[in-house]
Amino acid sequence: MITAEQKPIQEIIGYIAPYGKILLVGCNECVTVCAAGGRKEVGLLASALHLNSLKQGKTIDIKEITLERQCDPEYVEELISYINDVDAVVSMACGCGVQTIAGRYNTPVFPAVNTKFMGASKSQGIWEERCQGCGDCMLGITGGICPVARCSKSLLNGPCGGTSAGQCEIGPDTDCAWRLIWERLVELGIQDRYEELNEAKDWRPAGGAGPRRIIREDLA
Amino acid sequence: MKTESRLEKVFAAGHIAVTSEVGPPRGCDVDIVEKKANMIKDHVDGINITDNQTAMVRMSSIAGAVIVKNMGLDPIIQMVARDRNRLAMQADIIGAYSLGINTMLCLSGDHPKFGDHPTAKAVYDVDSVNMIKMVTDMRDTGKFQGGADIKMPPKMFVGAAANPFADPFELRVARLAKKAKAGVDFIQTQCIFNMDKFETWMKGVCDRGLDKEVKILAGITPMKSVGMARYMKNKVPGMDVPDEVIKRLEGVSKEQQPEEGIKMAIEQMERMKEIPGVAGFHIMAIEWEERVAEIVEGAGLYPRPQV
Repeated sequence: MITAEQKPIQEIIGYIAPYGKILLVGCNECVTVCAAGGRKEVGLLASALHLNSLKQGKTIDIKEITLERQCDPEYVEELISYINDVDAVVSMACGCGVQTIAGRYNTPVFPAVNTKFMGASKSQGIWEERCQGCGDCMLGITGGICPVARCSKSLLNGPCGGTSAGQCEIGPDTDCAWRLIWERLVELGIQDRYEELNEAKDWRPAGGAGPRRIIREDLA
Repeated sequence: MKTESRLEKVFAAGHIAVTSEVGPPRGCDVDIVEKKANMIKDHVDGINITDNQTAMVRMSSIAGAVIVKNMGLDPIIQMVARDRNRLAMQADIIGAYSLGINTMLCLSGDHPKFGDHPTAKAVYDVDSVNMIKMVTDMRDTGKFQGGADIKMPPKMFVGAAANPFADPFELRVARLAKKAKAGVDFIQTQCIFNMDKFETWMKGVCDRGLDKEVKILAGITPMKSVGMARYMKNKVPGMDVPDEVIKRLEGVSKEQQPEEGIKMAIEQMERMKEIPGVAGFHIMAIEWEERVAEIVEGAGLYPRPQV
């Protein structure tokens, strides 16, 4: 999923300072799962913004709504009945959701979260990066562990010389991806594959050729 | 001979090679480069010029190398994958060769997190293995990485690093094999302090015949003090400093520690000369270039061959 974290409250307050009527929009997908911008977080942020207004001796009108999927124009269309009554929108979705709203309505939209990475849940409350969307998945030859996303240098042919006790040189909290890959290849009995050269990557599918697009003729 | 590199000639003539390094200044002071190079010039076959080492901005490796070249010496440029994409790498390789530089070292580079520009975006377009392949292909096939022909291709003698100690240890011979497959000509290893582990690695290297494909220069760093030994053990990524090294330095007075460090380096080199597959030494005397000469002499490697 796409992970996100709420922005510092002062930054959000700064964005909406000129406005009195706010539409605060959550999303039921990834940001709900990573507890950054679902219905619950929409409620909490609305309370925090109200409290701040009270402290400042101002009033603020906040309409809360959580869409099924903010990156989908079909659901964003649901905002049509509220949009004319507000001065600004604050989105708690990832950057895709923010931009879908901005592309549809002629009302200022501000992000309330920082979109972080494509990750998986490691354990309760911990998410870790697992994919950088390079567009040419090599997990099939690296034992199911991604060197592009999980090696700090995205090295394609093995570990650098900086690993200490099996951990990355950037710090002991980060596993050396190539140590994990090697252990996995050994476990699967296919460590000979390590010595096959992975050529310099074609970064075009990773975004090197400009913004990416998928067109499915059968669906479009 | 693939190149005009003095290092290649030294190897070809069957000599034990000696290289050392000069860290360029964090400013424009040419004298610093010249002074450091002058301290080591008669005792080495090639002088590495580091490339933004520890991710700190310095005078560029190629600029430092040209200064050294103009002194009539033999620079080895270093190039890290961290700072350049494949266009910049190839442009700089052509540029360096055009300025008379014929030997280079391909490295991943320390992560920007460690340096004085931690907010920088690291490049890592190609890794060190693919950098080796790119430079050797430029030389041997006369082609750019993108496939086009090069008019007057650069002929670099190509080196890389190897860390025989970093985890997982079992992978370290295979890692060297991959660099050999990519076409690397020589290897300068990480600083060696754990001799037993180095011997185990070298045995693995020789068992696979990799020493026949690649010339291996053992990395030597003399310890200035027990404080330096402790720092390298605990703070420098990928370093393996056994307790006996620290104990031996602790066993002499503070004033005597530099001498003991030099003595240990020379003893190490004497022992390594007997290890099959060791083709030379790369002496990394960190801000201690003035002692390189006596280390080389102490190890019986002076005078250097005229090739």
